[in-house]
Amino acid sequence: MTSLRTAFSHPLPRRVGEAAITLLGVSLLTFVVLRVVPGDQITAAYGIAAGELSPEQIRSLQAYYGIDQPLPVQYLGWLGGVLTGNLGISANSGLTVAALTAQALPNTIELAVLAIVVGLLLGVPGGMLAASRPGRARDGATQLGSLVALSVPSFLLATAVATFLANQLGWYPNGEGYRTLLEDPWLNLQQMLLPATVLGISIASPVLQTTRAAILGIRAEDYVRTARAKGVPPRRLQVRHILRNALIPVVTMTGLQFGFLLSGALVAEQIFAIPGIGRQVLLGLNQQEYAVVQSTVLVIAAIFVLVNLLTDLVYRLVDPRVRVR
Amino acid sequence: MSADTGLELPASPPGAGARRRGGTWRSAFATPSGIAGVLLMAGVLVLAAMAVLGLTPASPRAQDVSQGLLGPSGTHWFGTDQFGRDVFSRVASGLANSMRVAVVSVAVSGVVGITLGVVAGYYQGLADRVVGVVNNVLFAFPSLLLALALAATLERSWVTVSVAIAVVYVPIFARVARGPVLSLRTADYVVAADAIGRSRLSTLVEHVLPNMAGILVVQTTLSLSWAVLTEASLSFLGFGTPPPAASLGGMVYEAQTLAVIAPWMLAFPGAALVLAVVGLNLLGDGLRSALDPRRADR
Repeated sequence: MTSLRTAFSHPLPRRVGEAAITLLGVSLLTFVVLRVVPGDQITAAYGIAAGELSPEQIRSLQAYYGIDQPLPVQYLGWLGGVLTGNLGISANSGLTVAALTAQALPNTIELAVLAIVVGLLLGVPGGMLAASRPGRARDGATQLGSLVALSVPSFLLATAVATFLANQLGWYPNGEGYRTLLEDPWLNLQQMLLPATVLGISIASPVLQTTRAAILGIRAEDYVRTARAKGVPPRRLQVRHILRNALIPVVTMTGLQFGFLLSGALVAEQIFAIPGIGRQVLLGLNQQEYAVVQSTVLVIAAIFVLVNLLTDLVYRLVDPRVRVR
Repeated sequence: MSADTGLELPASPPGAGARRRGGTWRSAFATPSGIAGVLLMAGVLVLAAMAVLGLTPASPRAQDVSQGLLGPSGTHWFGTDQFGRDVFSRVASGLANSMRVAVVSVAVSGVVGITLGVVAGYYQGLADRVVGVVNNVLFAFPSLLLALALAATLERSWVTVSVAIAVVYVPIFARVARGPVLSLRTADYVVAADAIGRSRLSTLVEHVLPNMAGILVVQTTLSLSWAVLTEASLSFLGFGTPPPAASLGGMVYEAQTLAVIAPWMLAFPGAALVLAVVGLNLLGDGLRSALDPRRADR
């Protein structure tokens, strides 16, 4: 008992344990919420014809889809399936949800990674610019720009960009079918450019604010004054002493933005026709395929929890001060 | 998501804050961003009020296909859409819808979330553990995904959209409220109130809550802007406010295919949405700097 308690007072097992409990709660909530979906698997599969089914036919179909069982049994059956890698079957396509997810997930991850690259490329230099003259014109201008970027919803920016830019330039990379990075790297990157930029802009604001605050905070530290006093050249001071330390909170912030990116991916994938995991959820909701939606939502939440866990652990690894706690 | 309002707690007992209150509001609206926020929100509220009181130039739902896709003019200030509906009237009505959903969802999530956070922070123990687990579970979903799943499963109306958004914001309010309570419960004046034999509940109501009001006001303003964005995103995806009622997100969706020949269909609802969100964010920033004790002497 004591040894168990000691094991759990260490950050790693405790955080992993918390994540496991959270995921269990997530699966329960997902199940409860999505089981309220109006219409069921039978109406989804047979459409209007479902109205002409006899009570016996409906009963046998319910048994076929496993929805005649009591809800707790259905939940445990689903959870058991998920834990053994069986995420269910999409009635419309006949494919397993695991296969669909395996196809869609890499596209979403690629989109998220590219968006993070864009967000960092915009946010870090922006934050450095704002911090270089705090309270002055360029700080104000950068702050205003970041506020506006924060206030423009991704779906609006994406719609405007997809409509006008594509029309003006006659450039429709997303008009043709989607190609994965492995199938056609050049076309794939063209197809990803606009959605990644739109999503990148949406996370650039928090990155910028974090970079600015971190630089201002570190510049006031004693070791920076010491370095300056012993004659470290300004450029080297900026990069080696200030920026490198300022990037620690930026990395954390970027990790925490991952969930926001998954939200944004719902919208961007829909507008730019990228067959990612967000689109899989929307398609499932529109076709009332709760097996698809339920498992996909769980997969997304699980990824989110794992990324947050990793961010936390990386943070502890990078910043020795956190490790002491 | 901006869960952290970046405010510090007042070290002074209640009363000192009350004396400053008039000054707080004045200084919030004296900063350039505060003034801009107030002006933008005044404009948004005037348009929303026009729609609610039926003072718009046309009914937001009145169709006249012969008048379809007209550019902005004296009769149709923002032009018309493909059904000949007046875009200005629909933008005003959409703003009213955004504000209604935002206020209802933030009110619900604020009351529930703050109660949970305060109870967890003040009474600790089991209550704190349970609230912590519920929070972790709700935080495990990307916010738009949770709102989408909830909105999709409930019958479609602005009320259910508000409820869906409210559920997403409960953990944010709970977390924002819990933090200050944790430090306030050990503040000298709270301990003193306990010592002279006040009940814990009256200490909570009289000494703890008033001193975290600033943080909660800022969080509420910022949450309103997020709620407006979330409602618009849900409506854009087809799971928000159901047509034919006007919603800014729905109007952007309808403009998607027509924006090249009728750019006003995209520009005006889009601009209204952005200005409403910018206004709420500026208002929140103004309040934050006015309520921040570190900036009080500047």
